[in-house]
Amino acid sequence: MYTQGFGVLLILFLCSIIFALSTILISWIVNPKAPNPLKNTPYESGMNPFGEAHIKFDVKFYLYALLFILFDIEAMFLFPWAASFVNLGLLGLFEMFIFIAILFLGLVYAWRRKALDWQ
Amino acid sequence: MENIISNLFKMIGLPTEVAYILAFFAAAGLLFFVLSLVGQVAVVFMVLMERKILAWITQRKGPNRVGPWGLLQTVADGVKLLFKEDIMMPHQDKLLFTLAPVLFFAPTFVIYALIPFTDQLLGINLGLGLLFVFALSSLGVVGMVLAGWGSNNKYSLLGGMRSASQAISYEIPLVLSALAVALAAGSLNIREIVETQNAGGFGLFSWYAISLLPLTFVIFWISSIAEVNRIPFDLPEAESELVSGYNTEYSGMKFALFFLAEYASLFGMSALMAVLFFGGYYSPFGGLITQNLGIDIPVVHQLEMATWIITKTYIFIALAMLIRGTLPRLKPDQLMGFSWKFLIPLSLVNLFMVAILKMAWLQENIPTIPLFGREISVCYLGTYAALFLLLIATLAGFGSIFKRKVVPHIQLQQRTV
Repeated sequence: MYTQGFGVLLILFLCSIIFALSTILISWIVNPKAPNPLKNTPYESGMNPFGEAHIKFDVKFYLYALLFILFDIEAMFLFPWAASFVNLGLLGLFEMFIFIAILFLGLVYAWRRKALDWQ
Repeated sequence: MENIISNLFKMIGLPTEVAYILAFFAAAGLLFFVLSLVGQVAVVFMVLMERKILAWITQRKGPNRVGPWGLLQTVADGVKLLFKEDIMMPHQDKLLFTLAPVLFFAPTFVIYALIPFTDQLLGINLGLGLLFVFALSSLGVVGMVLAGWGSNNKYSLLGGMRSASQAISYEIPLVLSALAVALAAGSLNIREIVETQNAGGFGLFSWYAISLLPLTFVIFWISSIAEVNRIPFDLPEAESELVSGYNTEYSGMKFALFFLAEYASLFGMSALMAVLFFGGYYSPFGGLITQNLGIDIPVVHQLEMATWIITKTYIFIALAMLIRGTLPRLKPDQLMGFSWKFLIPLSLVNLFMVAILKMAWLQENIPTIPLFGREISVCYLGTYAALFLLLIATLAGFGSIFKRKVVPHIQLQQRTV
């Protein structure tokens, strides 16, 4: 029961990609092409662009990404627990409470170390 | 039907297996055609609706020239975008620049296949439907980051990075609050979730927005607005600072794909909200009105179901548009802080509250009291009331934490004046 329908989903995804690509292709066939040097400069609010466009990002983004992986995997562990909660009963509730409490401590640690502050 | 196809293929001289595979592909293709048609019509209508609502809020008339009440305005805009020049600069990464809108667009329409519009009209009935919806909705981030990187523009890059950090931050509360629904329903199958939440028979009161703690729905609603990058969470496209964010350099049909996909994902999220929290395709009076009146025509039932879910979806879309016309934009630090310091701890607490509530619901041989014309367990009601009070206390606690941080800042400003 849990594996049915994924084939159709894959084909739907392919159809969706083909649809998007074909609209771009049609537009490429019918649209006018008139490039000029000014049109080919990156937009920087009317100024002449300076420096590299591929600037380094803030390290904060990586911190959030690390925390996200932690919590996303936690959510993945919670999905089967939620689906079979009735069968697991009170024991399952307590076990998951301990599991989440440990992860929650990690969040509190990150909070205290100011990993969650943007500035 | 199967016999006709297999006979046809025997006549041509091809093996029947090929016929089945081809029929499978044809069915999937037809499904995509229907879904994309529904999707395009919905998006065309939504764009006009948004422009009209924003116009009414700011005391303008909105589009009213093309077609009656401007109904054809969006179609005209689409045709115009198709014939516009697609500006590609020599120093851009051409592959990523073209692939980004496609990757952003593709998953949004697949979500439609997983949403039950009636109990029969459902593209694919996946056992893990809920999980898969979130997997698909988070794929769009890849498109946004690629657009930002491939554009070779500082605004685009910043917009792409911001959208990625925002999407990953708000995905956790979104998933955790949907998890509470999965817990209450005991299933990840979306149609089963709809059926179980209407099985209570209390109509409106057995919907998960009310029978679970209302907080679950509020968390889901806030994070879904953030997931589809709408005001007050539209930092990736903040026009006052980033021009247009990750799609600054896009023009023509590629821009149209971004535009289409954004509205399509808003529709998908609103439909998901209607399905998970507001009884999906059932009426607020319990069951269906036509069924209760004794009309036993399947087609009428199907039509009523479709009407209910579309109405509920459009109510959420209209609310998102009203919010866009009303609220200002957040700052990046407020945005990230709100998710990590407020919504994520709150959604974890909420998940346990729902688990305890479900425990109370499962208790048997408990005295019942009549409520809304039906018997309801005292244990469930008592737990609900207790958790509700606890929730208000928790929120007040959170509120006091945040208030303390704001107050000194204001005093500082007053002193300098």
